[in-house]
Amino acid sequence: MQKSPFQLAWQRLLRNRVAIIGALLLTAIALACVFLPFLFELDPNLTQPALHHQPPSARFLFGTDTLGRDVLARVLVGGRTSLLVGIATTAVSILIGVSYGAVAGFYGGKVDEAMMRLVDFLYGLPYMFLVILIMLMFSETARGDMLPVFLALGLVQWLTMARIVRGQVLTLRNQEFVLAAELLGASDARILIRHILPNVLGVIVVYGTLMVPSVIILESFLSFLGLGVSLSWGQLVSDGIAVVNPIRSYWWLLLWPSLFLGATLLCLNFVGDGLRDALDPKART
Amino acid sequence: MSAALALLFGIALLAATAWCPPRLTRVLGSLLFALVVGVVLRFAFGISAAIACGLVAGALAFRFLPLLVLRRVVFLVPALVLLIFATTLLMYRAPGNPFANERATSPQVEAALRAQYGVPKSAPEFFGIYMRRLLVEGTLGPSIKVQGRTVEELIAPAFPVSVALGLLAMILSVVIGLTLGIFAGLRRNSAADHLSMALALFGISLPSFVIGAGFMIVFSLWLGWLPVAGWGSLRHLVMPALALALPNAAIIARLARSGMIEVMQQDFIRTARAKGLPESWVIARHALRGTLIPVVSFLGPAAAAIMTGSFVVEVLFAVPGMGQWFVKGAINRDYSVVLGTAIVYFGMIILFNLLVDLAYAWLDPRVRGSGA
Repeated sequence: MQKSPFQLAWQRLLRNRVAIIGALLLTAIALACVFLPFLFELDPNLTQPALHHQPPSARFLFGTDTLGRDVLARVLVGGRTSLLVGIATTAVSILIGVSYGAVAGFYGGKVDEAMMRLVDFLYGLPYMFLVILIMLMFSETARGDMLPVFLALGLVQWLTMARIVRGQVLTLRNQEFVLAAELLGASDARILIRHILPNVLGVIVVYGTLMVPSVIILESFLSFLGLGVSLSWGQLVSDGIAVVNPIRSYWWLLLWPSLFLGATLLCLNFVGDGLRDALDPKART
Repeated sequence: MSAALALLFGIALLAATAWCPPRLTRVLGSLLFALVVGVVLRFAFGISAAIACGLVAGALAFRFLPLLVLRRVVFLVPALVLLIFATTLLMYRAPGNPFANERATSPQVEAALRAQYGVPKSAPEFFGIYMRRLLVEGTLGPSIKVQGRTVEELIAPAFPVSVALGLLAMILSVVIGLTLGIFAGLRRNSAADHLSMALALFGISLPSFVIGAGFMIVFSLWLGWLPVAGWGSLRHLVMPALALALPNAAIIARLARSGMIEVMQQDFIRTARAKGLPESWVIARHALRGTLIPVVSFLGPAAAAIMTGSFVVEVLFAVPGMGQWFVKGAINRDYSVVLGTAIVYFGMIILFNLLVDLAYAWLDPRVRGSGA
C-alpha cells in the first residue's frame, strides 16, 4: 500500500529519538505544571516568614524563598504562565503572519515588494522597544491579565512566519493545480484557503513549534525587567539572580526555575527540529 | 483617531517608496542624506559647520553613492520619523504621565511643568515640538525626571559603553559562530559536528540572562576570575559580552554549517580541487565566500537581537549603558529619554544595516547590478 506523505513524515519523526524524548519530557513538564498544584494543594503565594530560605527538604522539595513561599509550587504555577504565553502568542502571530505572507506571496509583484519591504524593516528593529512600549500601555489595567502580553509579543513575532509563508506561497502560486483551480473560476480566497494553505501547513507547524521557545524567552526578558504581568519562570529566575551573593548561597532559588525553563526551551527546539527534518527533509539547517 | 490615521498614511507612504523611480530616488536620497549628516553634526560642531558639511555630503552622495544605498536612505529616513511618531503615540497611550507622582500635583503646577518641559497634553503636539527641537534647535531636550540634565548629557557617557559592549558581542558571535560552523560543516556527521551542533542548540535555547547568571556564579563567585558586575575595566566586559554573543553565535554556527555543506558540493569547488589547489586554499579562497553570504544576511537581525539582549544583560551585570536609560525612562514615563535613546538605537541599527547591505553586495556579485 502506498503511504501518504504524512505517514512517511510520522515514521521519520518516530525514528528521531531526540525529538521523541523531547516531546515526552515536554508533555511531562506541561502536565506537572497544570495538575500537580491542584493534586497536592500547593499554594505559590502562601507566605510563611518563619520558614524563609529553607534548603530543599522532604517537606519543601525545592526549598522556600525569601518570604517562605514554596519554590516547587511557584515553579509549577509559573510554568503555566510561561507555557500559556508561549502557545497563545504563537497562535496570534501565526494568524497574522500566515495571512500577511499568503497575501503577499499570492499577489506577487509590486504588492509583494511593498509588503515585504515593511517586514524587512520591522525585522531589523530591536523589537524589544515596541514590546516594552506596548506593555506599558496596558501596565495598570493589566495586573494578572495576560492578553496584553499575547498581543505585544504576537505583534512583533509574526515577521518570520510571514516571510516563510510568503516564500512557499510564491512557489506554489504557479503550480499546475493552482492554475487549474483558477481556470475553473475559483475565487482568490478559495484558491488560497482550499488549495494553497494545506500545502503550507507542514511549514507552519514546524516554524510555529520553533516560535514557542523564542516567545517564552521574550516573555522571560520582560519579567526579568519587571514588566511581566504575572508569576512566570522568567520572574522566578530573576528573583533567584537577585539573591546571588558571595556570602550565602540560596542556589535552589535560581537552579529550579532555570532548569525548568532551560529544559522546556531545549525540548521545544528538539521537537521543532525533529518536525522540520520529518516534514521537510530538504530544509536542513 | 486622526493620529492613528496619520500613522497608517505614513506606513502607506513608506510602502509607496518601492515605486520611486531611480532619478527621483537619487535626488531625494542625497537630500535626505545631507539632512541627516547636517542634523547629526549640529550636535557636535554647531550650526554653520553642520550646514556646510551637510551640503558637501549631499553633493558627494548624489555623485558617488550607489543607488542601492540611496534607495535605503529614501526608505529609512522617513521610517525613522514615523517611528518617532509611533513611539510618541504609544507613550501617550500608556496610563500615567511624567508629572503624576504620589503627592497630588495641582493643575496649575502641572500646566507650568508641561510648558517648561515642552510636554503638551496631546501626542501630535508633542511630536511637533519634539521634531522642531530635533531639526531646528539641535537638541534632544531636557530629561523630565532627571533634574537639570538634558538627554544628551545622559546618553553621552552611556553611548560608548553600549557601543563597546555591542561591538564586542557582535565580533565574538561572528568569530565563535563561524569557527564552530565551518569546522562542523567540513567534518559533517562526525562526533565534533554533533558536539558543536548540540552546543549551538543550547546557545539557542537558553535566554541570555540565564547564561549570564551561570557565568556569574561560576567565574566570579566560585573561581573568582572576573568581577561580578559593574563597569570600568576590560575584565568587566568579558561576561556580559559573552552572554550577549552566545545565542547569536549559535545561530551563526548553524547557518555557517549548512552554508559550508552546500558550497562544498558546488561545481566550482570541484574545479578548484581539480586544478590541484591545496584543500586549505580551496576552503579559504573559494568556499568561505559562499558560506559568508547567509551569515552576513543574518547580521542585521543579529544586531537587533544583541540590542534586545543588551536591555537585560545591562541590568543583570549593572553595566551603565543606554539600555538601562531606556528601561528606566519607559517605566518613569520620561518621554524625552525614551525618544532620545530610541533614536540613537534606531540610528545605529540603520547604519549597521546599510553596512551589511554593502558587504552583501560585495560578497554576492548577483546583487550588485540589480540596484535592489
